[in-house]
Amino acid sequence: MDDRRATPRTVLPAASVRAASVDIYAPQWRNFIFVAPFLFFFTTLLLVPLFWGMWLSFHKADTFSSGNFVGFGNYVRLFHDKVFLQSVWNTFYFVLLTVPTLALIGLFLALCLNRRTRTAAVLRTLFFSSSVLSVTIVTLIWRIVFIPNVGLLSTIYGWFGATAPAFISDPSLAMIGIAIATVWWCIGLPMMLFLSALQQIPQDIYEAAALDNANRWQTLRSITLPSIKRTFVLVVIVQIVLQFQLFGQAWLMTRGGPNNLTKPIVLYIYDTAFRRWDLGMGAAASEVLFILILMAAMVQYLVTRNKAGQA
Amino acid sequence: MTADIEIRNVSKHFGAMTVLDDLSLSIKAREFIVFLGPSGCGKSTLLRMIAGLETVDTGEIAINNERIDHLPPGKRGIAMVFQSYALYPHMSVRDNMAFGLENIGMPRDVIEARIKESARILEMEHLLERKPGQLSGGQRQRVAIGRAIVKEPKAFLFDEPLSNLDAALRTRTRIELAQLHQRLQSTMIFVTHDQVEAMTLADRIVVMNNRKIEQIGSPMEIYDRPATKFVAGFVGAPAMNFVEATLDRSSRNARARFADGISVQTEIASDQTIDGKYTFGIRSEDVRIVPAGQGNADGVIDVLERLGERTLVYARLGDGQQIVGSDVGNSRVAVGDKVGLAFDGRKSHLFGETGRAWHAREV
Repeated sequence: MDDRRATPRTVLPAASVRAASVDIYAPQWRNFIFVAPFLFFFTTLLLVPLFWGMWLSFHKADTFSSGNFVGFGNYVRLFHDKVFLQSVWNTFYFVLLTVPTLALIGLFLALCLNRRTRTAAVLRTLFFSSSVLSVTIVTLIWRIVFIPNVGLLSTIYGWFGATAPAFISDPSLAMIGIAIATVWWCIGLPMMLFLSALQQIPQDIYEAAALDNANRWQTLRSITLPSIKRTFVLVVIVQIVLQFQLFGQAWLMTRGGPNNLTKPIVLYIYDTAFRRWDLGMGAAASEVLFILILMAAMVQYLVTRNKAGQA
Repeated sequence: MTADIEIRNVSKHFGAMTVLDDLSLSIKAREFIVFLGPSGCGKSTLLRMIAGLETVDTGEIAINNERIDHLPPGKRGIAMVFQSYALYPHMSVRDNMAFGLENIGMPRDVIEARIKESARILEMEHLLERKPGQLSGGQRQRVAIGRAIVKEPKAFLFDEPLSNLDAALRTRTRIELAQLHQRLQSTMIFVTHDQVEAMTLADRIVVMNNRKIEQIGSPMEIYDRPATKFVAGFVGAPAMNFVEATLDRSSRNARARFADGISVQTEIASDQTIDGKYTFGIRSEDVRIVPAGQGNADGVIDVLERLGERTLVYARLGDGQQIVGSDVGNSRVAVGDKVGLAFDGRKSHLFGETGRAWHAREV
């Protein structure tokens, strides 16, 4: 210790200059090992299948052989397949039914439940609880509701001497039935996102608005909604991406019927690739879905980037 | 527009906790009133009750003899500037100022004229199209004040509006606020815990502590004749010196005796005082530094604070009690020196056990 104290002070500045010249933000290649596990799984489980899928979509393939190169043959067949075109339409129809409903009901619930009462806390938990159920349970519940003659809906309609709408078998109602089940299942996430956005709004701007004579409607329109605009966009786009991937509900509730009217793209892919074993065409349909979702994701990216640029 | 504000027997509770306890206060039209007190004394709550952001549990608040405590905030004819400014982040400065006027259906041209006028007063015409996120702290502060001015309110309420500004800007804005008050001749209520803001801005200061009003008075009344020991200790920097004392009331004016035999002849009438224990109080500028042996007491210097125009001398008496005295700016004394402390009897104060104060006869 004494020796160290005796070290001439003039040495210190030189040492500290050398230390300061080390750039602590410079890349350190050994840090790579920390991301390597993630990269390994990202590559093997995402990148490889992605490109393999693209490769497959240009080949006539089944489970036993990868077959011949057919160029855009699978895509041409795909776009001539009425069932596929129907499934694309079905998917868009489903997205149109669910996404605005999820966003608006989610916002409405969040506005109602954004308060510090015990009832609000209980209701928040209740509305979110459906999100933790598996799709099997959700569809089971809604089949029990919708099932003709003995279902909950039929029973309730029966009390008034009316016939319940046939949400599972009526061609014009089947997709709406699936959409209802989906909204019930998925409402928790939009509600929570909106709640967290609402809680970010500083209380004092509401107080300023109260002093500015704003009534409830003016406050909602001029203060609340503009403050959560970004979250609204986020919810819409996240839900578009999620709802494009409809599969479980349609498979378990209607098997895509009646007459393929509730068959979404993912179910078409499943049917084509794993029931008809036409892997090439299934892969081609997957690529179409991939591009649709990618477009939705790109919109999200552009919107959020523009917003960040403005702020 | 300006207004008298009358607060009568107002109390406020949050659950079992009493925040304000039977408070009464009259504010005259055109007066600049400052609520001063430590954190949690209820000053902001009182302001928010006048604004209508907190309910009044008991008592009443009237503006121009018209009871307003049952009215919603927007109908009370007051404007408030928040500590955080509370600007609407997605609206331009112009829209921020227009919002309150649009909500009451004021014609567009009147709104425009008012915005133009207040932007001119606050020299912020060039900021009107910007959003709050594009403004500095000082500019946001101006916008918040501008938003209040356009309403032409009966009274302005300020809730610690300067505390988010840096020191230089705070001083400048303080002066601008004083000018604004002179110009608008409006009733203003200003809440702060900063005694410099209170002393410089107020016509009258309301010192609050522990749910109650301790004293209401002009800045110099508060400073020279604090009503209680709390006010004496809270207002003034450095804080007033306090020494435990007994009173010799045998002559016309009381003499305070400290524990170690030191005594100070006050000019406080003996017959006004009562029996009991006292605390002797004196401000640092009323304790002169003199050569050792020539003052009321001798002390050894612990710390010196050179403020430029004067030097604060922290001296320790024989019994360990620290007294802050004041010497000239270029004082020659040094830490460790033994010096004499001369107390100015005319400026000394006595505080009873309940905190009540006695002062020298008014000259």
